[in-house]
Amino acid sequence: MRTVLLSFLAATTLALIVPASAKEKLTVYTYESFTAEWGPGPQVKKNFEAECGCEVDFVSVADGVALLNRVKLEGASTKADVVLGLDTNLTAEAKATGLFAPHGVVGETNVPGGWSDDIFVPYDYGYFAVIYDTEKLKAPPKSLKELVEGDPEQKIAIQDPRTSTPGLGLLLWVKSVYGDKAGEAWAKLKGRVLTVTPGWSEAYGLFTKGEAPMVLSYTTSPAYHMVAESSERYQAAAFDEGHYLQIEVAGITTSGAKNPLSEKFVAFMTGPGFQDVIPETNWMFPAGKTDKPLNPAFDRLVKPTKTLLFSPEEVAQNRKAWVDEWLGVMSK
Amino acid sequence: MRLTRRSDPRIAAGVVALAAIALLIGGACVGLVAEGARDLSGAVAAFDGYLLRVARFTLWQAILSTLLSVLPALFVARALARHPRFFGRDLILQLFAVPLALPAIVAALGLLALYGRAGYFADFLGGLGGGRWPGIYGLSGILVAHVFFNLPLATRLFLEALQTVPADQWRLASQLGMGVRPAFRLIEWPVLRQALPGIAGLVFMLCITSFTIVLTLGGGPRGTTLEVAIYQALRFDFDPILAVALTLLQIALTLAVVLVLTRLGANTVGDANLSVATRRYLSVAKGEAAFNAALIALSLLFVAGPMVATVAAGVQADLTRLVGEGAVRRAGLTSLVLAFMSAVLSTALSLSLIMARRALALKRSGQGRTLLEYATDTGAGFVLVVPPIVIGAGWFILLRHVGDVFALAPVMVVTVNAVMAMPFAIRALRPAYDAASERHERLCALLGISGWNRLKLIDWPPVRRPLATAFAFAMALSLGDLGVIALFGSDSVQTLPYLLLSRMGSYRTEDAAGLALILGALCLALMFVAARFGKDASA
Repeated sequence: MRTVLLSFLAATTLALIVPASAKEKLTVYTYESFTAEWGPGPQVKKNFEAECGCEVDFVSVADGVALLNRVKLEGASTKADVVLGLDTNLTAEAKATGLFAPHGVVGETNVPGGWSDDIFVPYDYGYFAVIYDTEKLKAPPKSLKELVEGDPEQKIAIQDPRTSTPGLGLLLWVKSVYGDKAGEAWAKLKGRVLTVTPGWSEAYGLFTKGEAPMVLSYTTSPAYHMVAESSERYQAAAFDEGHYLQIEVAGITTSGAKNPLSEKFVAFMTGPGFQDVIPETNWMFPAGKTDKPLNPAFDRLVKPTKTLLFSPEEVAQNRKAWVDEWLGVMSK
Repeated sequence: MRLTRRSDPRIAAGVVALAAIALLIGGACVGLVAEGARDLSGAVAAFDGYLLRVARFTLWQAILSTLLSVLPALFVARALARHPRFFGRDLILQLFAVPLALPAIVAALGLLALYGRAGYFADFLGGLGGGRWPGIYGLSGILVAHVFFNLPLATRLFLEALQTVPADQWRLASQLGMGVRPAFRLIEWPVLRQALPGIAGLVFMLCITSFTIVLTLGGGPRGTTLEVAIYQALRFDFDPILAVALTLLQIALTLAVVLVLTRLGANTVGDANLSVATRRYLSVAKGEAAFNAALIALSLLFVAGPMVATVAAGVQADLTRLVGEGAVRRAGLTSLVLAFMSAVLSTALSLSLIMARRALALKRSGQGRTLLEYATDTGAGFVLVVPPIVIGAGWFILLRHVGDVFALAPVMVVTVNAVMAMPFAIRALRPAYDAASERHERLCALLGISGWNRLKLIDWPPVRRPLATAFAFAMALSLGDLGVIALFGSDSVQTLPYLLLSRMGSYRTEDAAGLALILGALCLALMFVAARFGKDASA
């Protein structure tokens, strides 16, 4: 044990003392699943470093919300040059901090409904969807209305909008379909909700354990099961009213604007060196130019007939009130 | 009689330990308050009817969970103490420590594998009630999970207290032909009663801060605890002042309950004589033995069931590949090293506090307890009701201008885990130390043995076994911890639970199940080593 301890201490000390190589360096803050070994991080790092002859340093935190908090906490002195992994529900708040600078010239981006923003650049997108277990549920709901009004014995596991991004996604989805009647819709849906978990993992875990035949996730979830597990068992239900969209974006910080690599990275992000990696590592749709065709599994996913999305400003203004409305109904 | 004339070094040690805890919590609060002092409106507005309901539910579920965990534990511990030798007893005790190291979601999935809608028992339970089994979602699920975590813990801690009963007393009881009832009333109950407030307080603190269990098994936001509100305040609303205010409310609620609990207990005087009997003389009647066996078997089934389910899920994972993975090995090593260092720090701090409390108790001879004595006793426990996210965020704010916060992450993780594990270590250690002190205090005073010599010659032998237990508990707890690490980021410290959650968060459910199995096995091995180490001492 002692040798282990000593070598551990020695290793950490060395890591702290030895200066990084003299190469130009770019620091990117992102979320944890991006830098995981199966995530897009390692490949993106390799591709960009080969192109720029520089060094990319990823720093990761738990998720998009933690990412914004982290940047807020660090303020103008943040080490981040680029912050990658916010979504459109967070961008209004992020802009209000004044910690982000306009991006430079970027390639063409391709997200449903189009994109124009002088600060944030999208890198991927996905639609929220109800995923169901084909072995348990023969007649999945065909619309949000059917989900709300269907058999309360067929349960769904959802996430808490106070703690989780998909949870907030469902809240916004219901709001965009039902508007002022959202409260009534939740009151009906409540009977079908098995439980409300703090994060995506818990809900998806309950779903794959067979506790509930439905879970709130993304239209791309079945692609993972098809590609990585060659399983057709879990499928997304297409809803008539359309699906709520999540767009993930990156932005350059005010301090990062001084580093010429920041602009280069954001431009690189919309090109094939980055975009080709996304689908089968982040399990989202690429938002920029790709060189490789998508894995055929992606063509078999649900294609929403209509895209639902509130503007970042609407979300920022109403999030608290809408969450309170949800809480009021759900905690009765 | 005044035993110590000059100032006791034990008190100084305790003061240092207390100061360390105060610094850790106080520093975090200062950081948060400094950050958020600009805007108090959010914090004021947040105290509404909703928060009142949350506070009420938090308290209610914690009290119920404590009752359901502690009362049965009293009898299970007693049953185990009455049968000091039977096949598998050691293994049961070691198994009882495993829940400590299991992340909440792993335990929740284990429980659901049995009692969930699709659990093994679903058909049977549904048949009983007529119709489809709805699962244990709701208050029942929260309670079942809390009992799963805390019944074995309380049992082990009560057993630790029962083992301080001198063998002489049992011999005497046996010679007098004392029946079960008088033996319980005269021998066991006084010891249990002394330990009760501390153990019940500890369990209560663990339940009041429950988060993942309450949300996942609670069935909806009806089951929201203050901890969830604190998390929400810091994460989504980023309102540090509100987080601090809610933490204070949580501390106040806990304080109220702990004060009530203190009334239940009693600081009985231990046996001041040196024990002469070499072994326990226990005569257990057949009827009682059968009852005890049933009790032990029942609690074992309850605790082991979800673990078997966890193992069953774990073996389906590709374990050989997992163990071979560099990331898993690194995470395992990081977890072990960090947990080992936390455990060293934790037991050292705990021992200091226990010694100081004892020295202070001896000093006062009869008068009411001083604040310092109180702080060395229950005070340390309050660290448990300060959410790790609050400590983490507060220190982050304080340290961000000093240097690279990520580089400090291992230090932070070790310190916070060490302090969080102290209440456990204290409960495991105190009965043995106090009982030994009761026997040796006069002798030491007479012979002028103090300081290091005393620690080595007098105190060490009787506390060695409980110290091993305390160490193993502290280490197991740190092994399973996630709170601080999740906040301080993953690059510098990737631990096993972190890896587990991150696999689970990216569809790799099987990997996660495999990692849970590895984590549980590590904890079991740890308890095995601790038991070995403790045994050598008594041999």
